[in-house]
Amino acid sequence: MLQIVNEVEGITAVNDFVVKFANVNGSGSASANQLFAKSILRMGVPVAPRNIFPSNIQGLPTWYEMRISEKNYLGAREGTDLMVAMNPQTWDQDVASILPGGYLFYDSTRVIPESRFRRDIKIIGMPLTELTNNAYKDPRQRQLFKNIIYVGALAALLNIEIEVLEKLIGEQFKSKEKLISANIQALHMGRDYALAHLSCPIGLTIRRSTAVGDRISIEGNAASALGAVYGGATVCAWYPITPSSSLAEAYQTYATKFRTDKETGEHRYAIVQAEDELSSIGMVIGASWNGARAFTSTSGPGISLMQEFFGLAYFAEIPAVIFDVQRAGPSTGMPTRTQQCDLISCAYASHGDTKHVLLFPEDPHECFTFGAQAFDLAERLQTPIFVLLDLDIGMNERLVKPLVWDDAKRMDRGKVMTAAELESGKDFGRYMDVDGDGIAYRTYPGTHPTRGSFFTRGTSKDARAKYTESAAAYEENMERLLRKFATAEKLVPAPEFLPARRPTKLGAIYYGSTSPAMTEANDLLLAQGIELDLMRVRGFPFNDDVRNFIDAHDEIFVVEQNRDGQMRTLLVNELDADPKKLKRVLHYNGSPITARMISESIAAFVSANAAATTTTA
Amino acid sequence: MTFLPKPTMHHPELPTNTLGYTRRDYEGAVSTLCAGCGHDSISAAIVRACYELDLPPHRIAKLSGIGCSSKTPTYFLGNSHGFNSVHGRMPSVLTGANLANRDLIYLGVSGDGDSASIGLGQFAHAMRRGVNMVYIVENNGVYGLTKGQFSATSDRGAKSKKGVENNDEAIDLVSMAIQLGATFVARSFSGDKTQLVPLIQAALEHQGAAFIDCISPCVAFNNHVGSTKSFDYVREHNEAVNYLDVITGRDEITVDYAPGSVEIVKQHDGSLLRLRKLAGDYDITSRAQAMGFLQTHAEAGEIVTGLLYVDPEPLDMHHYLKTAKAPLNGMTETDLCPGSAALEKLNASLR
Repeated sequence: MLQIVNEVEGITAVNDFVVKFANVNGSGSASANQLFAKSILRMGVPVAPRNIFPSNIQGLPTWYEMRISEKNYLGAREGTDLMVAMNPQTWDQDVASILPGGYLFYDSTRVIPESRFRRDIKIIGMPLTELTNNAYKDPRQRQLFKNIIYVGALAALLNIEIEVLEKLIGEQFKSKEKLISANIQALHMGRDYALAHLSCPIGLTIRRSTAVGDRISIEGNAASALGAVYGGATVCAWYPITPSSSLAEAYQTYATKFRTDKETGEHRYAIVQAEDELSSIGMVIGASWNGARAFTSTSGPGISLMQEFFGLAYFAEIPAVIFDVQRAGPSTGMPTRTQQCDLISCAYASHGDTKHVLLFPEDPHECFTFGAQAFDLAERLQTPIFVLLDLDIGMNERLVKPLVWDDAKRMDRGKVMTAAELESGKDFGRYMDVDGDGIAYRTYPGTHPTRGSFFTRGTSKDARAKYTESAAAYEENMERLLRKFATAEKLVPAPEFLPARRPTKLGAIYYGSTSPAMTEANDLLLAQGIELDLMRVRGFPFNDDVRNFIDAHDEIFVVEQNRDGQMRTLLVNELDADPKKLKRVLHYNGSPITARMISESIAAFVSANAAATTTTA
Repeated sequence: MTFLPKPTMHHPELPTNTLGYTRRDYEGAVSTLCAGCGHDSISAAIVRACYELDLPPHRIAKLSGIGCSSKTPTYFLGNSHGFNSVHGRMPSVLTGANLANRDLIYLGVSGDGDSASIGLGQFAHAMRRGVNMVYIVENNGVYGLTKGQFSATSDRGAKSKKGVENNDEAIDLVSMAIQLGATFVARSFSGDKTQLVPLIQAALEHQGAAFIDCISPCVAFNNHVGSTKSFDYVREHNEAVNYLDVITGRDEITVDYAPGSVEIVKQHDGSLLRLRKLAGDYDITSRAQAMGFLQTHAEAGEIVTGLLYVDPEPLDMHHYLKTAKAPLNGMTETDLCPGSAALEKLNASLR
């Protein structure tokens, strides 16, 4: 066994570093890595784990990256402080990603030539394969327990309380005593080896804290599904696509748990895995037309396939909720990498003049809140509502405030004329703007024997839903749809502001999963004396607050995770904002945006501008 | 088409059904299809079938795709909600509607372009799922609204109005529906209302996926010599294997037939299908026999019409999904929302 001792000063940090696990997918490492992350959370230290995985089931590289930050900086960060290198395929790039003074933990059973290490990092070798081969006979056991053994070793190296890990293993396997004792044995095997042979702890340590508080860890997809259950969705039609599949699957889990009749076993929900995305959205529209709350979950390619139906739902005015868990496009793009790249394809989905309502949750907490709210909005506005998540918040657990629900809250079913109202002679015209808000009354099929029936169509029609090609009727209808869109402005979640400490003419606009990186970047910029007013956009169409924010600033950085500045396009197009004022800060390589990238871009702009001003002066 | 507005007055002595509705209450707007179009006969058959079955018109939802056939729901059941969706996608919209409220009767009207060309996938999957519906394809083998292109049900060798020969094999929706698990499959001819009306009635009584392929000649673009979907060609090659009487609990069985020529199939809802067999001695509750019979006759160039396959005890989509008996669209917060206490428990499990 090769022992390399580099005479370098190791990084010292408590509760503030990045650990990255390099594994092979399908090797069972995910649950061991999650166990490790959870143990840190249970010690009260905030962690943001991120799965970086290929579009593949077995054999390709996968990484699990953990940002540990007592200060709650939970966005992604460049550089690795501790690399747990378990995948020979990616060895060179993994070693290269370690920060100078960082740590490399690796399986030293097989000799690795000295040339493949670095001189400026700390190297910790442990003969993991040898240990597991000696302890286990079964190949699958060897593989699975190797993962637990390295978790045990890391616990010793980082000062993680072993009791916390033992308790978590107990919770994970519940009453399966055999599995519990076998896993705990493996855990101790790793820990004992590390304590006996390695210098513990290293410079990176975990110290018990209260920074986590009462927060919970949940994935955005699961939280959205829970929002759909709480929001009263009864019909889910979907087609499997990464990274959205786990949303429909979570709905299945929660609906089974909460909506199965205890006596009869009957379901107060219906889930259909459709043959494609066209069919999914067709079913959603059919169900919503018939008065059920219905949704689909999909990603970019699905959004492309659904375009024709979005136009129908917009023009015929049928509610629908679409959870779009965005991934890197165009085309198949990078199916397992994150981006915010479907704003335009959703905002103006389908041919002809269309505009759609978008919601931008920043984390799983808002995925839950907006997920439920989307159904109220869809029925109030009688139009599709797009909830735009992305892979970063959809498929990764985030530490968020506990989910809350007000039991007094009632569903807003929107303007639906009842049998009694029809019977009393209330005038019904499906597309009549009786209240001036652009929203007309609808009726559910089967309501009244002789009144209130109408024909739903994608063709032009008059206010009483009769087919017409009359220019005036067509224009009137299109104008009413604009009035309705103006009503939507007041109903979507308002932006949130984080003002600078002193007045500034610099602003930044961001949305969705960019939140943690943006707030951290703001702190980095403040340290350099750069003051920014921040506005987080949470919904589209934009309301007056968004317009006023742009008017009140000279330079505004629009921070987003796509190549073309899609939010900026919407701001320019919908608000007539001066494009020169809106500076693009764009990150789109498929990895989550980082604070450093944002702060460096903004700082570079500010210093260039200052230099220019000085020269002019 | 006619340009005369339909009078709103009824003849005071029009007969009514047991619900008190006249035939006129089941009609819709005036058809804008070409004079003599087979589709109008099918609309009339639907009107008559619903009237005679005493169905409350508002409890029927009629859905369609795009094309001449898909325009027809405007021309019948004016007191029913209608949905003219997008091309080839009626089956998914109907499936969704059915998921939302299992208590209504769903009538899907489509054409051969809508169902066999652009919408073949959705057609297939709606049949596979056993959606409780009546799905009628008004099959004329041609694109009417776009003026005469071949559809996927055009026979190989058939000639277009301009004399072009169709090179592609025809899709037989009837065979497909049987293979895909439809539990009521029939073919009929718009020119034979004696056969068609009872078939529609039986399909409406059927509590599963019911499919009727109705040959309906296009007088404007596919009624010429060389067409295999013209009135003349279909009349000549029509091999009606049976005629049907639908007997619901309300009717009295009065007519007697010679033994052996009549088969009675009891459907799950209690209605009786009395089949007057003319040809084809096979068990219509056997998928395999029905498929064999169809293939043999297709090879002989015959268009077999009648009830071709039925499962008298069908199971529908809701059975497989274990959906609640009460319609999902009527459920309230109490039924649907787990509430704050459950959420707090869930929060605790996520720490």
